[in-house]
Amino acid sequence: MIGLEHYLTVAAALFVIGIFGLFLNRKNIIILLMSLELILLAVNINLVAFSSFTGDLVGQVFTLLVLTVAAAEAAIGLAILVCFFRNRGTIDVEDVNVMRG
Amino acid sequence: MEVDLDVLRPEIYLALYAMGALMVGVFGGKDRLTIPLIWVTAIVLALMAWWVGVRESAGLAFGGLFVDDAFARFAKVAILGAAAVVLLLSQDYLERSRLLRFEYPILIAFCTLGMMVMVSAGDLIVLYMGLELQALSAYVLTAIRRDSVRSTEAGLKFFVLGALASGLLLYGASLTYGYAGTTLFSGIVEATADGVSLGLLFGLVFLIAGLAFKISAAPFHMWTPDVYEGAPTPITAYLATASKVAAVVLLARLVHDAFGLNVADWQQIVAFLSVASMLLGSVAAIGQRDIKRLMAYSSISHMGFALMGLAAGTAFGIQAMLVYMAIYVAMSLGTFAFVLSMERGGRPVTDIGALNLYARREPLRALAMLVLLFSLAGVPPMLGFFAKFAVLSAAYQGGLLWLALIGVVASVISAFFYLRLVYFMYFGQEGEGLDSRMAPVPWAVLMVSAVAMIAGVINLFGIEPLAAAAAATLVQ
Repeated sequence: MIGLEHYLTVAAALFVIGIFGLFLNRKNIIILLMSLELILLAVNINLVAFSSFTGDLVGQVFTLLVLTVAAAEAAIGLAILVCFFRNRGTIDVEDVNVMRG
Repeated sequence: MEVDLDVLRPEIYLALYAMGALMVGVFGGKDRLTIPLIWVTAIVLALMAWWVGVRESAGLAFGGLFVDDAFARFAKVAILGAAAVVLLLSQDYLERSRLLRFEYPILIAFCTLGMMVMVSAGDLIVLYMGLELQALSAYVLTAIRRDSVRSTEAGLKFFVLGALASGLLLYGASLTYGYAGTTLFSGIVEATADGVSLGLLFGLVFLIAGLAFKISAAPFHMWTPDVYEGAPTPITAYLATASKVAAVVLLARLVHDAFGLNVADWQQIVAFLSVASMLLGSVAAIGQRDIKRLMAYSSISHMGFALMGLAAGTAFGIQAMLVYMAIYVAMSLGTFAFVLSMERGGRPVTDIGALNLYARREPLRALAMLVLLFSLAGVPPMLGFFAKFAVLSAAYQGGLLWLALIGVVASVISAFFYLRLVYFMYFGQEGEGLDSRMAPVPWAVLMVSAVAMIAGVINLFGIEPLAAAAAATLVQ
């Protein structure tokens, strides 16, 4: 029998993979965007699992809103990335270093 | 339904205005309309600030999803006022750097709208939607100079780390929802009446971490210097004032409205963020040569002080935090008005070496800047001192003497780099100076802000009782 904790475990695993993808990735900014999507999807699994196990619909409404905002976020991220690519001619993470912080 | 909509009227009108302005911009004159749009938007925001300040409303809307209490109104007036001033400050800068895009004032209006929703959130979903509206507009504003490597790089860094922050916040929100069974803050308080369960504690930690990113509190501050340096200067001013107020106020509302019965659970986290921000901001600013990076570290340290008021966990702490934020916004706007005028041969300069012997050429402006820098450092006769004093005494009364002591030490360290700027202006070496030109609006903002830092000593312009009333509605 698959219970709530299985869903939460999958979501937690996806979340951690996403976080590691952000910090360990040294190659390509597109991979950063994919990692961000992974984090948001982990959240969605969490929300839907909780919603269905508590019988409360709010979680699924939240999921729809998160999906919508994630789409807008990805669009803006890609737009900024295209501008950056035009200026620098590269999308390597290591080249994002004009300013050192 | 009518009552609900009445509570939301300022937000609805601002959204309608922004969408209407977008239509006018797209189908009308495009970039030729930018300057009129900047002025109209600034006037709309200023009128809105006045209206939100004086109007009466039912308080709760849509079953508690949206809260319009004195606390939210205090923050909204600060946010709207700061946004209006930033818009006025930008006109000259945009003209000179050929950035007159009609999207600029509209994005600021949307960003401000997001902040207004944030500070009024009474539910995790509303919180998230407000935060994202604010964040998405801010990413675009940062990267608006799209032919500049610095601006786009700043936008990219801001986007990646901001989206990570939203992810952390959402993960926390999902855990909180799961273990409390509701997204309403009032429901979460009921669910935590007999202690916070482990799942909720995880949710709380992730929520605070996500918001700490937005505030740029210390372990989550790494985007701040780069974004501040790369963004166009008026946007830096906007991020340093309005969006800080919104995020700090949102954090205060979340921990008090949703977890107010379990102060001990979040007090340590907030106190840790406060200590780390104060110390890191003060120490890291010492080595900076770029005034925008310096202001970034300075803002990190100031956020540490504001969080100190929150860490106290009392109504007096919230009052001190609100007073601190209001004074911080006034000081920062004046300082950024000056930074906007730093030019040499018509090109912006941000190196602090350019301030050498500035006082000999422009004694009045140097004096105004001196007052602002003393105030930022918290030197006694200026308003900044009263702000620091309020949060320190709130921490002391809240039983956090150690936090107040660290605050004093951090304040002394931070005095060094503010006073170094003063030293450059008055006793520096001969060197290439700055242009003497300064547009009238930034000049006026600089002077008003500097005079306010001294004149406010009499009664803090009466914001203290307002902040007290605002704090009383949040902490019962």
